[in-house]
Amino acid sequence: MDFPFELFINAVVAGILLGGFYAAVTAGVSISFGMLDIVNIAHPGFIILGSYIAYLLSASFGLDPILVSLLMLPVFYALGCAVYEVYHQSFEKRGQDALRGLAFFFGLLFVTEVALILAFGVDYRYVEAAYIGPSRQLAGIDFPLRMVVPCVTALILFGVLHLFVTRTFTGRAIMAVSQDQQALQLMAANPTRIKRIAFGISIATASVAGALLIIIQPIEPSVGREYIGRVFAICVLGGLGSLPGSLVAAMLLGIMESLTATFYGPSWAPAVSFGFLLLTLAFRPSGLFGR
Amino acid sequence: MKTLPFVAICVIVALLAFFGLRAVQNGYLFVAGYVVLQFVVLATAWNILGGYCGYVNFGSAAFFALGAYTSVFFYKLNLVPLPVPALILVGGVVCGIVGLGMGYLTLRLRGAFFAIATLAMAVVLQTLVVNWDFVGGSRGAYILHPENLEFGGFSLPYNQYLFLLMLALAVLALSIARAIERSQLGFGFATIRDDELAAEASGVPTLRLKLIATTLSGALMGMAGAPFPYYIGYLQPASAFGLEYGVNSIAMPMIGGTTNWIGPLVGALLLGTVQEYARVTISSSINLLIVGLLLVVFVIIAPKGLVGLVQDHLRARRKP
Repeated sequence: MDFPFELFINAVVAGILLGGFYAAVTAGVSISFGMLDIVNIAHPGFIILGSYIAYLLSASFGLDPILVSLLMLPVFYALGCAVYEVYHQSFEKRGQDALRGLAFFFGLLFVTEVALILAFGVDYRYVEAAYIGPSRQLAGIDFPLRMVVPCVTALILFGVLHLFVTRTFTGRAIMAVSQDQQALQLMAANPTRIKRIAFGISIATASVAGALLIIIQPIEPSVGREYIGRVFAICVLGGLGSLPGSLVAAMLLGIMESLTATFYGPSWAPAVSFGFLLLTLAFRPSGLFGR
Repeated sequence: MKTLPFVAICVIVALLAFFGLRAVQNGYLFVAGYVVLQFVVLATAWNILGGYCGYVNFGSAAFFALGAYTSVFFYKLNLVPLPVPALILVGGVVCGIVGLGMGYLTLRLRGAFFAIATLAMAVVLQTLVVNWDFVGGSRGAYILHPENLEFGGFSLPYNQYLFLLMLALAVLALSIARAIERSQLGFGFATIRDDELAAEASGVPTLRLKLIATTLSGALMGMAGAPFPYYIGYLQPASAFGLEYGVNSIAMPMIGGTTNWIGPLVGALLLGTVQEYARVTISSSINLLIVGLLLVVFVIIAPKGLVGLVQDHLRARRKP
């Protein structure tokens, strides 16, 4: 049997597009887990929340889901600040953030999921937009707009975040806060405030990621769980706290999942990311691009 | 109190509970009681690794499901009809080995990474089971059992039999947890929880201790899962790997208190009963919401759990 080259190329392209979307999903965790050392496993819960808000507003007002998510950025930012405040007061200050903080976020994830089930049921929901149906072809390769639009949005999001983190004072302070809090205080920045801002931003990205998710696939409340492994796999693979690293890792994972789904069947795809995560954690915990 | 008298007391309490329930003559109580006891075993098993060593395991559902699917495997294999107690043993051995393997794989990981790795393991195992046709795949598997269990002219309804088995498992789990607490092993675990680096530096064999903890904890969870297919009658991956097992086995010790064996017991009895009650009277989604909210509230306001609250209260009264 000769190698189905066209199928292979198509799978790789689909994987890259998927990877772009994964990057958007991971951006928030890259900040909270990678830079702030806050293990926010509830992040996928916030993403699903973002999806449902996009669904609700676009279904009732006919707004574009991505536009909705941009409008919702301040709301999610405030939500993130509030969650961080609770986390800081109850765990960071008391110096017992590790075990109980994890349980706290696990509980949050669970509560969001069950609350969404109670509010919307377990039916799959989807949005309508002009770019969801059609597909472009280029040199025999499919470019479904449903995937292209999220990928491009995700890349823009990543670019903006990267510029913010590397060019502005606040952004650099966020990078610094995980490395040396005292030095940061000497630069006249309040670590708690910086962390609050950073966590707010990380949750705000969930709004965009949520809108992208519901464009890519119909969702129901428990979909978020599948993303926990992916998100952390990408985060660890890319080296903690490195935005470009997680972008590359997201693309890699997207390609691998897409190849697995194409050649072995979609039911094996989740195992790829999680298996990869397990192997990375076991053999190279600092990630592919780790310091 | 030594371990033997403690076990004796546990057995007496357990037998009293069993015959007390029999006297009421309500079949539902055994069905509901089984679930509560199952959570006692799961919570206690989780606490051996999570409470004593400080390693959070999100993959409890994986061990539970693995135990359940081991039973399904032997049922489908149909070589010799293994009795449920034997299946519990086999499930325990299989999950103990997997626990040991997980320990080896995640040895270098601390804190959050370990937690994430366990979560990852749960999904990998679920994918394997979904794709494994022999045990039913995603379609699920039916397990048939007789209505009554007969031995020597004595007949026992099957749900009472399963209840009795789970009761025995709960006694076993609690005795193990309590024995660990009072042994050198328990102190070793505590040093890992408090400061692993310092423990290692002082010559505590942290590696070996962690492996013992993951193996024990995994084996107990598997044992809790092994009779589950016989209890439920129809097993599918989504129910065996259900998030409720993962959440409950964390929430119960956290709410009860993680530092000693009473905590998970109290948490499991309390939360398990509330959930069973809410499932019957309100709805099954609401009862999970209750667990989640309680978990969040408790880790914030009562970090030491119910047992911790009571202890603080007693201490405050003793020192006016």
